[in-house]
Amino acid sequence: MLEALSEKLESIFKKLKGKGLLKEEDVELALKEIRLAFLEADVNFKVVRDFVQKIKGKAIGKEVLESLTPGQQVIKIVNEELCELLGKTNSRIQLSSNPPTIIMMVGLHGSGKTTTAAKLARIFKKEGRRPMLVAADLQRPAAIDQLITLGSQIDVPVYYSKELRDPVTLCEESIKKARADARDIIILDTAGRLHIDDSLMSELKRIKERVLPKEVIFVADAMTGQDAVNIAKNFNERIGIDGIILTKMDGDARGGAALSIRAITEKPIKFIGVGEKIDMLEPFYPERIASRILGMGDVLSLIEQAQKSFDQKEAEKLQKAIIDESFTFDDLKDQLKKLRSMGPLESILSMIPGFNKIKNLNVDEKEFIKIEAIINSMTKKERRNYQILNGSRRRRIAMGSGTTAADVNRVIKQYVELKKMLKMFKGKGGLKLPRFLPF
Amino acid sequence: MMGFFERLREGLTKTRKGFVEKVELIFAGRKIDEETLGELEETLITSDVGPGAAAEIIAVIREEADKGKIKDTDDVKELLKKKMVSILGYSQPIVVYGDRPFVILAVGVNGVGKTTTIGKLASRFRSQGLSVLLAAADTFRAAAIEQLEIWAKRADAQFVKHQSGSDPAAVAFDAIVAAQHRGVDVVIVDTAGRLHTKSPLMEELKKVKRVIEKAMPDAPQEILLVVDATTGQNALRQAEMFDRAIGITGITLTKLNGTAKGGIIFAIKKGLNIPVRLIGVGEGIDDLRDFNPEEFVEALFS
Repeated sequence: MLEALSEKLESIFKKLKGKGLLKEEDVELALKEIRLAFLEADVNFKVVRDFVQKIKGKAIGKEVLESLTPGQQVIKIVNEELCELLGKTNSRIQLSSNPPTIIMMVGLHGSGKTTTAAKLARIFKKEGRRPMLVAADLQRPAAIDQLITLGSQIDVPVYYSKELRDPVTLCEESIKKARADARDIIILDTAGRLHIDDSLMSELKRIKERVLPKEVIFVADAMTGQDAVNIAKNFNERIGIDGIILTKMDGDARGGAALSIRAITEKPIKFIGVGEKIDMLEPFYPERIASRILGMGDVLSLIEQAQKSFDQKEAEKLQKAIIDESFTFDDLKDQLKKLRSMGPLESILSMIPGFNKIKNLNVDEKEFIKIEAIINSMTKKERRNYQILNGSRRRRIAMGSGTTAADVNRVIKQYVELKKMLKMFKGKGGLKLPRFLPF
Repeated sequence: MMGFFERLREGLTKTRKGFVEKVELIFAGRKIDEETLGELEETLITSDVGPGAAAEIIAVIREEADKGKIKDTDDVKELLKKKMVSILGYSQPIVVYGDRPFVILAVGVNGVGKTTTIGKLASRFRSQGLSVLLAAADTFRAAAIEQLEIWAKRADAQFVKHQSGSDPAAVAFDAIVAAQHRGVDVVIVDTAGRLHTKSPLMEELKKVKRVIEKAMPDAPQEILLVVDATTGQNALRQAEMFDRAIGITGITLTKLNGTAKGGIIFAIKKGLNIPVRLIGVGEGIDDLRDFNPEEFVEALFS
C-alpha cells in the first residue's frame, strides 16, 4: 500500500549508498527528494517541513559523516523519526473497567465508519465478548439497513429504531437496551458529517456528553489529501478523539494521511482497514508501516498473519525444506493452498520484502488453480526433482492439466526462481527468516 | 444563472477565502522573490494541486516575474487565474444526445459519493423533463440497493434491481432493455465502489461495460468517474486506472462543500485530459452543479 513511497526512497538511498563519506550537499539532496516524495504521498506540507528539519538536524554532522555506511545511517534516522511520528507502539482499544465499553465511531462521509464498526464488532466477538452495534446514522438513506445486514453476517445484534429521529436519544436508548441484554461492548455508528458543519458537530458532542464513551474513534480514509490535517484537527478539538482507524489501506494510496493525522492529533492509530470483507481489519503497528515506507517490507505483519492460518508442524517442515534446499513442487502446492486461505494475495505479497518492487503485481486467483492443476499432473518423482522435466514430460503435464506447454514452462520457471529466492533468504545473515514464510 | 453562480460561490466560499487570503498574505507589500514563490508553491500544494502541477504553475509566474511583468498581488492573482483556467480548458457539461436511452455508467472507489451523485443527477434530469431509470448494479455492498431505491423515489425515477449478490452486468443489461421497451430517456447505472488496484473487480467493471454495449451498441454514452475532493494525489491514480480499464469520459468532483480544495483535478485534466463535468457542493438533492472552469477558478480568486 505504501510501496510507491518506498520505491522513491529506495532510489534516493541507492544514490547515497557506496559513496563512502556523506557530504552535506548529499544530505540536502536526499532531503529534497524525501520532501518531494512525502508531498507526493499526501503528507501535509507543514508536517513534511517539520520532518525534514528534524532529519536535517540529525543527519548533517558527525553522526552521518563518520558512519561507515552513510546511506544506511540516513535510512536509520529517517526510520526512527517516522516511527516517532507514527507513534511508538501498537495501541489497542481501551475497555471500561465497568462494562459496557462504549465506542463511538466518527468521521466524514464515506470514510468507512459503518463497515469498520462491523469489523470491530467481529473482532470483539471473536475475543469472546458480547458486542452490540447501534445504527445511529439517521441521515444516509439505508444506512440502518446496511448495519443490520452486516450485523447478521457476523451474528451481532444491531440496535436501531425507525421511529426515533434524534440520534442523541437513540444512542441513550441503545445503552439501556445493551445493559438489559448484558452486552459488554457497544459500538455507535454515527452519521458521516463535515468537520465544519456546526450543528452536526454539536450533535456529536451531545452524544458524547450523554453516553460518555470510553473511546471516540476517528475513521479516516487513507487516500485523504492535504486536508486530512484540518479534518482531524476539527474532530479532535470539537469532539475529542481517542484513537484513529485508517481505512482503504489496501489501495495504492501512499498513505501520507497517516503521518499527517498522527502529527496533528497525537492520537494513536489503532487499526487499519485492508479490504471490504468483514475480517479485513488489522492492528496498526507503527514500526512496521515505517519500515514499509522505507522499502524494508513488512515481514512482521506477514508472520502474524501467517501464524493465524499455519499449522506449527507444517511450518517447521517448510522451514526445514528451505534450509535443506529440498523445496519441492509438493511444498509449493501446500504453500499456495495455505496462502489462499490467508486472505487476498495482493495484501500478503505486498508485505514480503522485494515483492513490493515488482511492478503491476497482478495476482489472479485463477492462476493458482492452474498451478495446482499442473503440479497435480506431475509424477511424484517429477515433483521432487524438477531437473528431469524434459520436453515430453512437460507436454504430458500440459495435456494432463488442461493447460499449455507455455503454462507449464512458466510454472517451472517460477518455481526455480522461488527456490533461488528462498536460498537467498537462508543466506542473508542480517535478514531474519520469517518462521512461517508462506512459500 | 444568477442562482447557480451564487450557489457555486457559496459552496466554494471556504476554498476561496482560505486560498485568496493566503495569496494576499504572501504578497502583501513584498516583492516577488524565491521565498514568496516558495510559499505560493506550498499554498498550491496544500490545495492538493500536487507538487508537479504546482511547480509548473510557479515556473510560469517566475518567468513573468523575471520579465518584470508582475508588480503586485493583483498581477499574481490574474496570472494564477489565467494559468489555472488554461489547464482546465473549456466547460463540458453532460449533454443527453442521440438514440435513447442515454446510458451513464457511474464508477469510482468506495465512499466517494456515487449513489448520492446518481440520486441528484436523476433529480436534475427529471426536472428537465426527461424520464430516468436507475439501475442498482452495486450488488455487493450491504443495503446499497435500498439506498439507491430511496433516491429513485425521491427523484421520481424508475428503478431496476436484482437480488443482492447477483451479477452487476445482468442488472445493467436488464435496465437498458427495460428502458428501451419503455422509451426511457436516461439510464444511470450505479456500480459498487472498488479500489482501482483490485484487478478482479476492475475486470468485473469491464464486463459490465461489455454487456451494456451488447444491449445497446452506442452505450454507455457517458462513463462518469466520481472523485472525492478530499482525496489527495491518489485521485490521479484512480483516474488513470479506471480510464485504462473502461475509458472515462467525465468526472464528478464531490464534497466540495468541506475545506478540501479538490486541486487534484488540475493534474487529472493535464495528465489524462478528462473533463470535470459536475461538482457536488452539498448533501441536498439540488447540490449538484455543472462544472465551469472559469467560474470555478473565478470563485477561487474573486
